[in-house]
Amino acid sequence: MITLSENLLYIAFIFYLLSIPFFGGAIKQKKNLDHHQNSSKWATFGIVISIIGFAAQLGFFFTRWSIAGHAPVSNLFEFTTFFGMCLVGAFIIIYFIYKTPLLGLFTMPIALLVIAFASMFPTDISPLIPALQSDWLHIHVTTVALGEAILAVSFGAALIYLVKVIDQTKNSKSTTWLEVVMYGLIATLGFVIVVSAFSFADYKAEFNWIDKNGNEAKVEYHLPALVGPNQGELLTDGKMEPLVSVPGIINAKKLNTVIWSFGAGILLYGLFRLVLRKRIGAALKPFTKNINLDLVDEISYRSVLIGFPVFTLGGLIFAMIWAQIAWTRFWGWDPKEVWALITWLFYAAFLHLRLSKGWHGEKSAWLAVIGFIIIMFNLVAVNLVIAGLHSYAGS
Amino acid sequence: MKKQRLLIRTVILLFLGAAVAYTLYANFTKDEVQKVEVGKKAPDFVLTDLDGEKHQLSDYEGEGVLLNFWATWCKPCEKEMPFLNNQYQAYKDQGVHVIAVNVGESNVAVSDFSKRYDLQFPIVTDKDSQVMTAYGVDPLPITFLIDKQGNVVDIHKGQIIAEADVTEMMEKIKP
Amino acid sequence: MNQVKCDCGHVNPHGTILCEACGKIIEDGTQITAEPVIDMRYEGSARRSQTYNKSIIDKVWNFFSSVKVGVWLIIVTLIASSLGTILPQEMYIPNIMPVADYYEDQYGWFGRLYYDLGFHNLYSSWWYLLLIAAIGVSLVICSLDRVVPLYRALKKQRVIRHESFLQRQRIFGTTSMAVSEHSYDLVKEKLKKKHYNIREDEGNILAEKGRFSRWGPYVNHVGLIIFLIGSMLRFVPGMYIDEILWLREGETKVIPETDGQYYLKNVDFKLEVYDKETDNEAFGDALDSAGMVAKNYQSDVILYKTKGNTVAGEEPELEEVESSSIRVNEPLKFEKFALYQVNYKLDELSTMSFLLTNKSTGETFGDITINLNDPEKMYELNNGYSVELMSYFPDFEFGEDGNPTTKSRVPNNPAFVFKMYSPEKPEGEVSFVAIQQTIEPLGDNEYKMAFNGIETMDVTGLTVRKDLTLWIIGLGGLIFMIGVVQGAYWNHRRLWIQRKGDEVWVAAHTNKNWFGLKREIQLVLEGTEIIEPMDQLKDNQVDEGETD
Repeated sequence: MITLSENLLYIAFIFYLLSIPFFGGAIKQKKNLDHHQNSSKWATFGIVISIIGFAAQLGFFFTRWSIAGHAPVSNLFEFTTFFGMCLVGAFIIIYFIYKTPLLGLFTMPIALLVIAFASMFPTDISPLIPALQSDWLHIHVTTVALGEAILAVSFGAALIYLVKVIDQTKNSKSTTWLEVVMYGLIATLGFVIVVSAFSFADYKAEFNWIDKNGNEAKVEYHLPALVGPNQGELLTDGKMEPLVSVPGIINAKKLNTVIWSFGAGILLYGLFRLVLRKRIGAALKPFTKNINLDLVDEISYRSVLIGFPVFTLGGLIFAMIWAQIAWTRFWGWDPKEVWALITWLFYAAFLHLRLSKGWHGEKSAWLAVIGFIIIMFNLVAVNLVIAGLHSYAGS
Repeated sequence: MKKQRLLIRTVILLFLGAAVAYTLYANFTKDEVQKVEVGKKAPDFVLTDLDGEKHQLSDYEGEGVLLNFWATWCKPCEKEMPFLNNQYQAYKDQGVHVIAVNVGESNVAVSDFSKRYDLQFPIVTDKDSQVMTAYGVDPLPITFLIDKQGNVVDIHKGQIIAEADVTEMMEKIKP
Repeated sequence: MNQVKCDCGHVNPHGTILCEACGKIIEDGTQITAEPVIDMRYEGSARRSQTYNKSIIDKVWNFFSSVKVGVWLIIVTLIASSLGTILPQEMYIPNIMPVADYYEDQYGWFGRLYYDLGFHNLYSSWWYLLLIAAIGVSLVICSLDRVVPLYRALKKQRVIRHESFLQRQRIFGTTSMAVSEHSYDLVKEKLKKKHYNIREDEGNILAEKGRFSRWGPYVNHVGLIIFLIGSMLRFVPGMYIDEILWLREGETKVIPETDGQYYLKNVDFKLEVYDKETDNEAFGDALDSAGMVAKNYQSDVILYKTKGNTVAGEEPELEEVESSSIRVNEPLKFEKFALYQVNYKLDELSTMSFLLTNKSTGETFGDITINLNDPEKMYELNNGYSVELMSYFPDFEFGEDGNPTTKSRVPNNPAFVFKMYSPEKPEGEVSFVAIQQTIEPLGDNEYKMAFNGIETMDVTGLTVRKDLTLWIIGLGGLIFMIGVVQGAYWNHRRLWIQRKGDEVWVAAHTNKNWFGLKREIQLVLEGTEIIEPMDQLKDNQVDEGETD
């Protein structure tokens, strides 16, 4: 049963991957995207494949639910895959409203990255600690993931807008920042590749080290140690000695992973630049040739309008109700809570700027990008870096 | 009409300003809020001393009471005990009582302590923290001065530094 | 009074950009009118803030009325909030040393700086509270300043609009052919099917729907204001209670803040962990890597109410209210109070037993069991033996003066001074006994107190909570959600169809989602002579404000 469940996730992953070339093909085929009546065969194939993948992932979700006895949203792997699934779901819905295969070309790779990223964390089915044993777990977490996924669609649309609108013939701040965003996505890919590769090779190196309180401790690295722990001493034979070591208050293992990911990201990015012989943004630009700017702007804005209430409901209101029941107070300034508030404030500012200050088009697209970065920060950094009550969601 | 608008704006701004000011004030004084307030009636209680005798606060009406909360492990409490003991002896014939409420330690520990300092005033133990809860005691030591009408005259938080302070307290509640 | 009379006869307040009734552009408005499409924000009505700027009151008012200021307040609050997550806040650090030292010890100079800047308690600092308060004030004033004129403008709008108003709508088109009455009826019928409200005047049509979505922002602002009022009320004495109640197994204590009305007895505390053998086998791998995982924290308790009036300290007469189990996520509620399982301490010492033993022969003369929370003074044994407990230190340590003392009243590390009486030593022998150590201060004794076992019990830590602000906070949240859904999921759409001489003019406006509007117009006009209007901004980069 567990194997079946995991295989369903692989199937979903493969189908999502397969859908991308079809959406790409649909762009090449179509001349005028504004007239959605004549949606091409390519696009139809693309969306059908996406839906099959989505169904497979639903299968993964519900089989895992039945095995565990609780909705699989209780650790970082489960939550992040669910987030990826919601992203695909949100895309499918928006596809049927606006019939834009191009959105698939941008959203599906993001969803794939999200799911691949999720799989780098322990995938064991874990039992629920007492604080999590509540129906509010399902209600709160699924609503948050759905809200964030809809907001992520706005990021996808904003990215299309930026790729199309930014003038790639000259160097500018806009082209640089767009490359930074592209690099961020590529670094995530780098993380996935590096971790998968060394995990496949079963790399393990154990260290003795001295923690910040002066106690001896042991740590196991799964990547070669570029950065070693405080006064680290390598215990496993034949593994790489650290190049540098850091003081005890810094988590050397996590820092090491971050450096590997960014390094791999730089390598990959450099490779892409070498092959393409132009900026990533410039290379993607031809795909957006036939797209109507107003349409993507509206998709981006509408996604925020739809996602914002859902996020508020899940991330703040349901969160407060549950916190009152489980932790005796509805609000306690836990880092995760604060970052949910920050996300909410950010999108509130976004809506005010758009409604009252007329921030449309490019400005609005950049805001959607920043919003997505904040969401990702809350998902990744707050779980892994900043310690708090929600940390059990990590590994 | 302009006048009216100015008036409405002034009223709204004043109202909002007052709400903000109150919130800030309440936030910064919240730690000082005491369950028992100066000028109010001291909550009545009845506790048993080491000799098995009951002491009820309301029985002392007409006389002053110095109510001290303490524990044997509390160093500042230990330091102020001799002052209280001396002044108790000086004032007991002038209608001022000292009641020392121990926070619910064992009789063995309390009587041992009492013997060591030769304490003369009654020591009662608050076994299940009822009186401490009623007086909102935290942290130790804390001393309440109660006048002959049974009203709280003053609250002294923390250690009493000098014996002269105790004299002053006694004078305050002398009937 | 600087009121402006429009050509149509309607008198508008000073500062109006578009006539409230007919929509004609009022030229002495400050807005630039050369754009192809007019700015429909707030229907071009006069926002009060922009028109008066005289006294200090007006200046303050106008400051808070600005959306720009509001957005800046949001951004500053957002950045300030993020600063508080860099290091843990004071409430989440362990209480092992002074706060300042803890930050320095754990995070070095940065921790020290963080503390000195007051970021360890950022969210209750005066400036953070002021920021939130400023947002609250901005919410009130912004909403008041906009909702009234907007309401007036939407209420007063006429069916027939000025030409300049129609021409400069984003969606506009003209039909020069004759349009049959049949087409008109068909359009009206279709519009009705699409839930439009239709008003007619001299054969001209104004179709409107979803106007209530325009109130969404103001409804959600009201919700937020109610929410903030609720948070403010927390500071009013008596509205909010947060106490902790530690209860040993078997112990009955008064529940704080209930005025001695309620008592709670801890019958049993349970800590259960997941077991690979008996629990879901799917958890096996996770349990292997994580080790112990808690499954349940539970206090079985009995809630009592006192009968009649008892004075504090008096043995109360208790009446059982209910017996129940408090678990995480399942608090016990009574009246306005709730008791939550938040903490515990396992295996606190409760009794200790000793055997009075002759050191040389090893013969024993009876066993005494000391209740560590309420020891006796004398323990009588048979045959003329007895033990006196001279001193007792439940949480023993040596004080600065070298004498034994206690750190607290909790029996973490009990120590005793015994006096052992025997027929041979009727005046008694003194022995100091602590865990793993015995001192005989007055020279060698003949007898000793030999350790003979302990009993332990668990202690549960419960939070006593009363929060009378919850319903206000909840109400605020509910109203906010209604408002935000109302504003986000519905659109305010208007369609004007007017006869101008021989032509038929069509103009349309929506506050968002223009593609949806265009599609709807296409469907409505299908099969009539009326030509589908054009989007005047199509493929132009839109830079003006959206209209809401």
